[in-house]
Amino acid sequence: MHRKMPDGSSGCQDRGIRHLFLARFHARVQVQLRPSVLDPAGEATRAAAGRLGVEGLQTLRIGKAVELSLDADSEDQARQQVQLLCDRLLANPVTENWTMSLEEQKA
Amino acid sequence: MSVGIVVFPGSNCDRDMAWALEGVLGMPTRFLWHEDTGLEDIDAVVLPGGFSYGDYLRCGALAGHAPLLHAVHAFAADGGPVLGICNGFQILTEMGLLPGALTRNRDLHFICEPCELIVQPGSCRLLQGYGEDAKVTFPIAHGEGCYQCPPETLVDLEQKGQLVLRYSRNPNGSVLDIAGVCNEQGNVLGLMPHPERACDPLLGGDDGQSLLKALLA
Repeated sequence: MHRKMPDGSSGCQDRGIRHLFLARFHARVQVQLRPSVLDPAGEATRAAAGRLGVEGLQTLRIGKAVELSLDADSEDQARQQVQLLCDRLLANPVTENWTMSLEEQKA
Repeated sequence: MSVGIVVFPGSNCDRDMAWALEGVLGMPTRFLWHEDTGLEDIDAVVLPGGFSYGDYLRCGALAGHAPLLHAVHAFAADGGPVLGICNGFQILTEMGLLPGALTRNRDLHFICEPCELIVQPGSCRLLQGYGEDAKVTFPIAHGEGCYQCPPETLVDLEQKGQLVLRYSRNPNGSVLDIAGVCNEQGNVLGLMPHPERACDPLLGGDDGQSLLKALLA
């Protein structure tokens, strides 16, 4: 969804008031070790769960959740920005996969 | 001729390295702040051990985006020697100068002990002072030194002779006992063990001297 200027144009050259036409998005990124990567902390936690008396636990893998909010012209733009962040910083592609959910925050 | 040691917030082997280079080996050494943007007249770069940025997010992940490391990228691409030790090795993998990643030790313990390594120098410039299959002893001190990479990368690294340092007895679960890796061009070396702590016979051995001397060879 693109926010329109009052005059109907889609862009705004004046950065001073650009923020007035941005939408705010909330994203939740889940970073998880790839299935092939050993998770010794997860294994140790699974073993502790057994000692607690929890039954039937088969797997336990520890990941990270990252919550963020950002301002963007459109949902597409917000999604691109979060993807860049995940690919380049939040996850290491050698050992981790990531997924995200994104939604616009209504005022 | 001088060696630059990059200092991040949380580096803790930078002064050990300077002592080994300048105090023990008499090599001119300078500290470089991670927010600097240029390497100026530096002839070799060391990324020292420690806990850069408190190991936030992943070990080495935030340091890999420090302003000075853009210059280190260009320096490495031009063939300049770059050495990453421990956290420095983690940073080199995070910034893409070396393949693979370093993850939690198999047994989750922080391990601090001397380790015997087998050297296969191949085309690694910094290891030419050691013979093929030479055995050296460097201390290790890390919690996240378990080297991992995709199987196809591993085959490629082995074929190209880039698996230059291996543990005699694997302490941390690294695939193929890998302790250190160099890039294909041979000018970038990353290793978990600490050669700078094996430079003075008073500290139990000086096997690391040859590696550090090679920075300005």
